[in-house]
Amino acid sequence: MEVAISIITGLMIIGALYAIHAKDLLSAVIACGIVGYGLVICFLLLKAPDLAIVQIVVETITLIIMVAVVLDSSREERYLKPDPQGYMSIVTAVLLIVVLFYFFRLAAASLDVFGNSTLRMADAYLERATDRTGSANLVTGVVFDFRGYDTLGEATVLVTAVLGILTILRIKGKK
Amino acid sequence: MIVYWLCFILFLVGLYGVITKRNLIKIAISLSIMEFSTFLFFTLIGFREGGVAPIVDPADPVKTYVDPLPQAMVLTAIVIGLATTAMLMSVIIRLYRKYGTFDIREIKNLKG
Repeated sequence: MEVAISIITGLMIIGALYAIHAKDLLSAVIACGIVGYGLVICFLLLKAPDLAIVQIVVETITLIIMVAVVLDSSREERYLKPDPQGYMSIVTAVLLIVVLFYFFRLAAASLDVFGNSTLRMADAYLERATDRTGSANLVTGVVFDFRGYDTLGEATVLVTAVLGILTILRIKGKK
Repeated sequence: MIVYWLCFILFLVGLYGVITKRNLIKIAISLSIMEFSTFLFFTLIGFREGGVAPIVDPADPVKTYVDPLPQAMVLTAIVIGLATTAMLMSVIIRLYRKYGTFDIREIKNLKG
């Protein structure tokens, strides 16, 4: 299982690298789709069917929005000569990556070995969720019952985002 | 253990893109790559070897299930990720209509 997920994650990394370095913006967006749909396969292998369904819908919608934006434009990432600011940002990125790498190595020591989750909440949910929520699907039981306020907050975020998009796209800009 | 590292490398690829790229579409793509790696990490934490999807079948009670809590959290995060990406793209559409470019070096009015 770990090998299969490692291979797919490796493919996702290659897709991500191509998405970042592609000259044509349309190929970059499609390569971003590789990462998203690879994630769907990972979810299926990790026994998370709900997540796979949601992710496949969300990824398709995101891809449609991005393609619609890109097709309306010149589609090229304009090449300008590297300036001091560009070198500065590369140095910053490498420094940040080294620091994060160090801290992740420290944190990885306290992670469980893959496939041996020892989170305490899991047992409590697994034992009692069916009786207390009446839902056969434990994920929906957690989302809509134990963490109902969380879902309410999520709905608020969605409404705010829709209002924001309507406001941004409706107003006429200053010429 | 190697899966966690690959997942972290995916995150770093997204971070590198956000910091070094000067194109708004590339920045949006890098942000969603970082999101995806976080979702993958959460689901990896909750996985149990030999577990089945957390859907209870009363007829067949003796099973190990994978942890439902990280999955519930990721379910929320995926939908919010869609909302933020859509909002980001709408801002990008406005900027493109006004300036005719995705390159943030040429959008002079944003400079402080």
